[in-house]
Amino acid sequence: MSDVTDTSTPERPAQLPAQSPPVDPAETAAAEQRAGGRLSWWRGEGGEGARRNLWLIGVLVALIVIGVITRPDLYGDSSWVWSNILVILKLASVVGVVTVGMTFVIIGGGIDLSVGAIVALAGVWATTVATQSYGAGGMIFCALAVGLCVGLVNGVLISYGRLVPFIATLAMLVAARGLAAELSDKQTQVSDNATINGIASTNLFGIPLLVYILAAVVLAGWVLLNRTTFGRRTVAVGGNPEAARLAGIDVKRHTVLLYALSGLCCGIAAIMLTAQATSAQAAMANLYELDAIAAAIIGGTLLSGGRGTIIGSLLGVIIFSTITNLFAINGLTTEAQNMVKGGIIVAAVLVQQVQFRSLTQFLGRNRLTTN
Amino acid sequence: MTEREASPTGGSAEGGSVDAPLVEAPADAVAGEVVLRLTDVVKTFPGVRALDGVQLEVRAGEVHCLLGQNGAGKSTLIKVLSGVHRPDAGQVEWRGDPVTFANPQAAMRAGIATIYQELDLVEDLSVGENAFLGHEPRRFGFVRRGHMARRTRQILGRLGHAEIPPNRMVRALPAAGKQVVSMARALSHEARLIIMDEPSAVLAHDEVGNLFRIIRELTAQGIAVIYISHRLEEIREIGDRVTVLKDGRTTAANLPARDTPTRDLVNRMTGRTIEYVFPERPVAATTADADLLEVEGLTRAGEFADVSLRVRPGEIVGIAGLVGSGRSELLETIYGARRPEAGTVRMAGRALRPGSVGAAVRAGMGMAPEERKSQALLLGEPIYRNVTLATFARYARAGFTDTGRERAEADRVAESLELRPRDVRRPVRTLSGGNQQKVVVGRWLLGDTRLLLLDEPTRGVDVGARAELYQVIRTLAERGVGVLLVSSEVPEVLGLADRVLVMREGRVVREAPAGELDENTVLDLVMAGSLMEGAAA
Repeated sequence: MSDVTDTSTPERPAQLPAQSPPVDPAETAAAEQRAGGRLSWWRGEGGEGARRNLWLIGVLVALIVIGVITRPDLYGDSSWVWSNILVILKLASVVGVVTVGMTFVIIGGGIDLSVGAIVALAGVWATTVATQSYGAGGMIFCALAVGLCVGLVNGVLISYGRLVPFIATLAMLVAARGLAAELSDKQTQVSDNATINGIASTNLFGIPLLVYILAAVVLAGWVLLNRTTFGRRTVAVGGNPEAARLAGIDVKRHTVLLYALSGLCCGIAAIMLTAQATSAQAAMANLYELDAIAAAIIGGTLLSGGRGTIIGSLLGVIIFSTITNLFAINGLTTEAQNMVKGGIIVAAVLVQQVQFRSLTQFLGRNRLTTN
Repeated sequence: MTEREASPTGGSAEGGSVDAPLVEAPADAVAGEVVLRLTDVVKTFPGVRALDGVQLEVRAGEVHCLLGQNGAGKSTLIKVLSGVHRPDAGQVEWRGDPVTFANPQAAMRAGIATIYQELDLVEDLSVGENAFLGHEPRRFGFVRRGHMARRTRQILGRLGHAEIPPNRMVRALPAAGKQVVSMARALSHEARLIIMDEPSAVLAHDEVGNLFRIIRELTAQGIAVIYISHRLEEIREIGDRVTVLKDGRTTAANLPARDTPTRDLVNRMTGRTIEYVFPERPVAATTADADLLEVEGLTRAGEFADVSLRVRPGEIVGIAGLVGSGRSELLETIYGARRPEAGTVRMAGRALRPGSVGAAVRAGMGMAPEERKSQALLLGEPIYRNVTLATFARYARAGFTDTGRERAEADRVAESLELRPRDVRRPVRTLSGGNQQKVVVGRWLLGDTRLLLLDEPTRGVDVGARAELYQVIRTLAERGVGVLLVSSEVPEVLGLADRVLVMREGRVVREAPAGELDENTVLDLVMAGSLMEGAAA
């Protein structure tokens, strides 16, 4: 009987009007269909995420096809295609690193609006004259430490100060940018350190170092989420904080760690961005929080927590930078580009919620008749 | 029930002076006419035959009870009737015509309303707005508020609850009042069949009589009611006929609700010949052991005061008390989920840090909380991850989880609890209530739990799964685990526990070995002096 009363399902509040019957029929049907039969990788555990990621790859392919159609001259040149792929990945690298941290925070049931501000603060702090005097190691340590500490402050305010994540990180957004402006005296601080600047210009086996950094962070994030107790706690804390607490998980401490992780990712991103610009300023990484949240959402991370994948988030970031690239090679404005991005966000979420559920049902029905 | 004679006057008198076409007893609904007939209805989901030949016949003006264990197909049947699912085979005849409802709205329009266990009301809208949600009386696109309020008042009058003001916010109503609003919504759609899914589960004991009075009013107006409940005594009291489901099949149809022997009903549900099976107590309880749990003078203002209790290894201690007597709060405080204002909790002689669940779990406590879904389960996650939620860190090596080992451990637990379905990779969401409860209890079979706190372990769990859970609890006790059990059902506390504490208004009023108490004594103690909140009004 009790599946009828299933009102606490995490995905419901996001999509259902309150007055309709207490069960979303499609949801229940999908659940019941999932209950049936043998569980292959496709239908079983993790299969949902895999299906969603497949859809994102489809979108990516569609974008490339659009590129081929609009600029056949460029796409005819295979060396251009390869270098363009690297351009897209390089474009995705900084936001990608931030998005990995953001994905953890969102799966854990929170949100971090301060990521762009933390990147700016960490970048500015790492490029002050005093910090630069400690060399590349000192600058990297400084950026990571600043990111980590700001993240810790976020986490402590949210966990122990009981502030709503939205409010706490919004306040941090304002405050961190303010501090960054204060530190830099509103000036652009040029990085004189060749090692740091070299991070952006170095290629290893023909692939930019920035892309390797992104790959390393994504890999580490994937392992952390899927293979460690930290990742398991993240899903539990985001999926049902009360159940996690009553199972003996220290929800507050874990929440602090999640925001600290996000801050740490921002520190890494700050070094990458500083290296790209060979400078840092208080206005850098503007609106990165929106890019990161949007990428995570497109990647299938549930804004109410408890569900999400690192690979999905990565694909979300790459889709965004592919769109940027597509507009650039066609000589279109960033304004037009932003409108399309907004549409993509809405479409992606709609498709995930509606289309996939019915597709699952469709597959289930076929199975039934062939059996 | 004395309400029976007192009631029907108010409703029908008001019903006469109605200007709008209301829910008058449908003219064509001669009492006894068959309104709904299901013939060989089949509904299959991949791998599961949820309904496998269901027969059901419901007459106008009767209360037709649906009995069956969790997983027998009751919820699927409700969904077929309310238009959520379409049957794969068989026929649904509604008032003489074969029908298939395309969606829940179509079923509603045809006159079939469903009242779910957890009521689907909008808390921040008024009673009237809820009753007419989605089909508000309108003129030129504006809601006719006065007209809506008047019609709501008429409907509430018919339900014998004219005292509920139509403009009151639903949030401000007690659970029983909300249920009345749900029924008012059904009547606003001119329902001829109302399906009630365990309506008494959300009600306190003294409110059930009021629910029955309303149901009698409805049936007196020719409306048919399908009533689902796990409580046999309710079915005896309110039901006219009973249909029993087992494994998606009708095993008995149209039995007289009042005089079919309990043994027969239970037999048809379970294929077993026993009703409430409490495992036997061991002959001599171990008295030599030192206390496992010592609670001294525990107090939280407004919840409970100066509670002291002891649990020895291998002992089952039951706490009997009404909802609101402070029993659940007491359990959560012992577990560290609430911080006490005074008093201490000791496990095996060592004082626990107050307000720390982590400390309690490390000391060997485990708890199955009252609300499975909101307090205990990650519904979208696989069964095994729910079973190992408190122990996955122990199986991990250097912070890396060992899902293979977790699955194996969860498999072992599933095996010993007879979890259905057995595949531990399925999401917990797809399990029935009884099986979800097994997952919650099973969580603490892993690791080294020495004291298990159980809050309403059998709420919403059917008779068969209950017996299995009782057996699990007793087996645990035999292995030396101490159990502290809270339940609203007095027979459960008496049948399962070795020692019983009776709580009333936050205090322990009696402590005795279970053998020295009987149901009436405990009920007297529990109820005495508690002029219940009068919430039904």
